Amino acid sequence: MTMTMKTFINRLLLPVLCMLWAPAGVTAGGGNENLDSAYINLADKVSLRNGAHTFVNYCLSCHEASYMRYERMADDLGIDRETLKRDMMFAADKPGELMTVNMSDEDAKVWFGVVPPDLSLTARSRGPDWIYTYLRGFYRDEGTSTGWNNTLYPNVAMPHVLYQWEGMRKANFETSPNGAKVLAGYDQLSPGTMSAREYDSAIRDLTNFMVYLAEPAKLVRYRIGFWVMVFMLVFVGLSYLLKKEYWRDVH
Amino acid sequence: MSLINWIDDRFPLSKVWNEHMAQYYAPKNFNFWYYFGALSLVVLVLQIVTGIILTMHYKPDADLAFASVEYIMRDVPAGWFVRYLHGVGASMFFLVVYLHMFRAMLYGSHRKPRELIWLLGMVIYVALMAEAFFGYLLPWGNMSYWGAQVIISLFGAIPVIGEPLAEWIRGDFVVSDATLNRFFAFHVILLPLLLALLVYLHIVALHKVGSNNPDGVDIKKNKDKDGHPVDGVPFHPYYTVKDTFGIAVFMTVFLGIVFFVPEFGGWFLEKDNFAPADILQTPPDIVPLWYLTPYYSILRAVTFEWLPGGAKLWGVIAMGAAIVMFFFLPWLDRAKVRSIRYRGWMYKTALTIFAVTFVMLGYLGTKNPGHVDLFVFENVIWAQIGLVLYFAFFLLMPIYTRFDPTKPEPDRVG
Repeated sequence: MTMTMKTFINRLLLPVLCMLWAPAGVTAGGGNENLDSAYINLADKVSLRNGAHTFVNYCLSCHEASYMRYERMADDLGIDRETLKRDMMFAADKPGELMTVNMSDEDAKVWFGVVPPDLSLTARSRGPDWIYTYLRGFYRDEGTSTGWNNTLYPNVAMPHVLYQWEGMRKANFETSPNGAKVLAGYDQLSPGTMSAREYDSAIRDLTNFMVYLAEPAKLVRYRIGFWVMVFMLVFVGLSYLLKKEYWRDVH
Repeated sequence: MSLINWIDDRFPLSKVWNEHMAQYYAPKNFNFWYYFGALSLVVLVLQIVTGIILTMHYKPDADLAFASVEYIMRDVPAGWFVRYLHGVGASMFFLVVYLHMFRAMLYGSHRKPRELIWLLGMVIYVALMAEAFFGYLLPWGNMSYWGAQVIISLFGAIPVIGEPLAEWIRGDFVVSDATLNRFFAFHVILLPLLLALLVYLHIVALHKVGSNNPDGVDIKKNKDKDGHPVDGVPFHPYYTVKDTFGIAVFMTVFLGIVFFVPEFGGWFLEKDNFAPADILQTPPDIVPLWYLTPYYSILRAVTFEWLPGGAKLWGVIAMGAAIVMFFFLPWLDRAKVRSIRYRGWMYKTALTIFAVTFVMLGYLGTKNPGHVDLFVFENVIWAQIGLVLYFAFFLLMPIYTRFDPTKPEPDRVG
């Protein structure tokens, strides 16, 4: 029986799993766009807290994270209640409240043309690398209503909220042999308060936080999973010995 | 044991226990492939238990459904664990059921006298597909929504009654709150009840005729002086301990997926379903989850608009026929032996091609028909080749199984 199982796994299961995995990876990356890797690390609590501050200060003014509670975030990321209330809760009274905004959908449509999407799950629907690339892709464009455009998401309705950090940039495009518009690079028009490296790092922290925000259970999932695996492997061993003991008299 | 006696005088407890467990003789030579029946039962129970817990927190309302799933993921204690068990469980259910069906085709478990077991099994399979389809709408994600939209619109391809029928199923002109509510009712009441009943009948029918085995020979032909098959062992304790080991291995893999890769790279939980249903935002590629994609591929492979009634109608007919084919398997197979061990090269070749075709169709069903993801040809061409091979396996079976050079079956199991 063990022989059959081994043959089955080697000849059938492994190739099929490999085949399934390869194309799934491509779709998970978000299509054919060239995305920069965000190098997510949920063990980095400092990064998560830093990202959380950026999120509540800048994103949460227009976007909601309406499935997430302030209290949960504070508890998970090690933020004390004082700091939470003082520095992070601008649109809520009680820590148990959800991260909603006070802007009505009607106002949002007048101001931005669209209702800014809820960001609770963006890291799962678009992927962290998409967020990381998108937030580092803004440039000045006088042809749009906001004066901003984005290389990853052309003509996006969102202005560059973090432009004071990054400064203003101009994007240079060139035409590739097959006629597509390809980004050739950026020219800095005016400096921001951060260097390019500092800005990348801030966006990485924000992306890291949004990965946490999309699935808070991820902080504990792997750790619990490890002990579940340890238990299951012991159980597999014991159940095998039990089976062997019972089956000794057959054949 | 006076309590047992008291019950036995009023209910056949010991009798049932003996008939189905302690005195039910199963062939002693079950191999790896024989775990998947018990595993299907384990997953069914797991789906029911996790489903009950999810139902306690889920809200079947178009305005609340998506948020209630996120509430389960964040605010319900261990809610994420229960939801992942249920979501991964759906895919694992189909995985074990497909392997269970393939086992039957390997060793001829569908052949006389087990035709009724096979038919009941096929009804379970169809009910399971319905159960999965109804359940997939409930999270009210964008792929849930558009998947339901596309599948229900298939009924619209039926001449004359098609459109009214699709509208009747939806309860609205588009997939809406009415659709969500009825799908919830089907998913948590109608189909689970049906599945429980069908599984019961499947097992009763099995225990009436006895289990097949990898040699395909009848163990009841050789009995000892007590009337028990010489090559059989009582199901309990022999197969209960063996299945416990199988369940332990299976649950290790299952829980490994649940804790470490619950989305399974987008195959078990799709990215598009993390955005709420939006009637104005059609996902770029609307595809069902992997377990339904072989049939979806067959549906899309029929692109011949010159057919009377249009390509879509014939695609739907081909898809339906692809499932119906399985029901006829016991009568299409004319071989003198059951097990692949004693069959000739013809059936072995045919079954191999069929298995590869089924996986290929499944893969193509997740891809854009106009792209090239395999070799040279566009996906739709491969799907058309797959469609021909799929039906050829069934329709030519009476011929190749009859002329297949089989080896004689042994008298007893090896």
